Amino acid sequence: MARPQTIAEKILAAHAGLEFVEPGQLVLVRVDFLLANDITAPPAIEAFRKMGARRVFDRSRLALVPDHFAPARDVAAAELLRVTRDFAREHDVEHYFEVGEMGIEHVVLPESGLALPGEVILGADSHTCTYGALGAFACGVGSTDLAAAMALGETWLKVPPTVRFEFTGRLRPWVSAKDLILHTIGRIGVDGARYQAMEFAGPLIEAMDMAGRMTMANMAVEAGAKTGLVNPDATTLEYVAPRARRPFSPARSDPDARYEAVHRWDVSDLEPQVSLPHSPENVVPVTEVDPVPIDQVFIGTCTNGRLEDLRVAARLLKGRRVARGLRCLVIPGSQAVYLQALREGIIEAFIEAGCIVSTSTCGPCIGGHMGVLAEGERAVSTNNRNFYGRMGARGAFNYLASPAVAAATAVLGRVAHPAELGVPVEEVA
Amino acid sequence: MRELRGRVHRVGDDVDTDVIIPGRYLALTRPEDLARHVLEDLDPELARRIRPGDVLVAGKNFGCGSSREHAPVALKAAGVGCVIAGSFARIFYRNAINVGLPILECPEAARELEAGAAVSVDLTRGAIRDEGSGREYRAAVFPPFVLEIIRAGGLVPYVRRRLGGDGEAVS
Repeated sequence: MARPQTIAEKILAAHAGLEFVEPGQLVLVRVDFLLANDITAPPAIEAFRKMGARRVFDRSRLALVPDHFAPARDVAAAELLRVTRDFAREHDVEHYFEVGEMGIEHVVLPESGLALPGEVILGADSHTCTYGALGAFACGVGSTDLAAAMALGETWLKVPPTVRFEFTGRLRPWVSAKDLILHTIGRIGVDGARYQAMEFAGPLIEAMDMAGRMTMANMAVEAGAKTGLVNPDATTLEYVAPRARRPFSPARSDPDARYEAVHRWDVSDLEPQVSLPHSPENVVPVTEVDPVPIDQVFIGTCTNGRLEDLRVAARLLKGRRVARGLRCLVIPGSQAVYLQALREGIIEAFIEAGCIVSTSTCGPCIGGHMGVLAEGERAVSTNNRNFYGRMGARGAFNYLASPAVAAATAVLGRVAHPAELGVPVEEVA
Repeated sequence: MRELRGRVHRVGDDVDTDVIIPGRYLALTRPEDLARHVLEDLDPELARRIRPGDVLVAGKNFGCGSSREHAPVALKAAGVGCVIAGSFARIFYRNAINVGLPILECPEAARELEAGAAVSVDLTRGAIRDEGSGREYRAAVFPPFVLEIIRAGGLVPYVRRRLGGDGEAVS
């Protein structure tokens, strides 16, 4: 007899050839899709060779996305990029994204129809959990785990207990998906969902667009979660249907599924949120942040580098100027995002405001290139982590915020509530 | 499995992989080069103080954040013989097993072991002994399939065996 299960359990059971699974159970699962980037692919390739593997289990089910240090920031990075490129050629990897086609992996894969509902996706990158927004069971692994999956087409996973987060109420102006996930991490802590699956639900998630859902699922790992999921619905299918490159079977949690815990949060009173240095869990309302001068604002990343994010930022920056003494970097998440932003006049608005707009890369988010921070500098960024040294010098300060807060900060030179700019509320989507 | 002996070095809660090995060093590929920078944003002298076989004792959620396997690789190459923590972040936990860095989850030992203490660790039994006080702690032992990976010498030889020598998956 069928028994009620969560979406995470259903996907794992289906991929393990089982009728149902229990939290804590170890299962051997078939994987639908794999990915690695220019930092994690080279060690995976080395492990793959040492394993004696001669071919990838399925050349159409692996993506190699050079995005962290690409375009090559220096000779060492160029060597890593070449290792990845050579492997892609040698194994005829179908989804290799060369500079020119590439973007940030977790922006590119969903928009390319390569991450689909009901799938098991492993990525050698911790933010692989982003695809949970599409209703996939997606989690980050290390390079050796990825190499094993590249060879075998399967991996072992422990079935995580699922914790459900239901968001209700009416969001205040300028409050976004980023604020909901920062608020969640602030409440439960950076290990609050360790080894668990977070399921995002409730009327506010149902009403949320795919970009917002991806922002939320992206940061599940910052609470220690294995993955973060949203049950696929009409919004999901509308996004996925024209893009999907493979057949797929969505799964949804049963109404009477068993959860480790269910949180029902009315977030009607929530202000835009900011994570203070040096942990994503140091979350406060934007109005409580000290008005210290900010040196750099960064709008982009796999968390908030999508078109919807740039639109919000542009609405605030259009016709205004970046504060004197502050550098504002905008990095669209993919070539497609960049091109559409260009067509919509968003890029023009950024440049006229005094921002720089760069080609897609993870760059500054990992202190890699294109805007690394000096000792003592303060940055407001739309990325997902503000650990010591994450964006450059060990003594730099990184505040996490939404694109709206980042844009308002760029104009006012200190952490600011977007409402301070007086952009009419009715313009807010 | 062999018994490990070493001195304790302590770090706190939520030590993330950016702190274990900062992103600016991720173009380095040789373990010994990564090892020179291990935990330097937390304590620039730590890498130099670690002697082969020493034990790193951490609080909760050790290894959170990025999936970079460079983190356990750097710790291992720096000479860390074992990491004992109150708890581990899940990606780090898998990576450590896969690259052959012994780890034990034991909140009591993580709380009580003092910096500089001499300890011995028996991985098979999950036993941790403070040589000074004589106090013994028990960590959860690895599940059987993990022990199988460790016995094979890590995930690389484990998969090599599964592939049956001809580079094609056998099931």
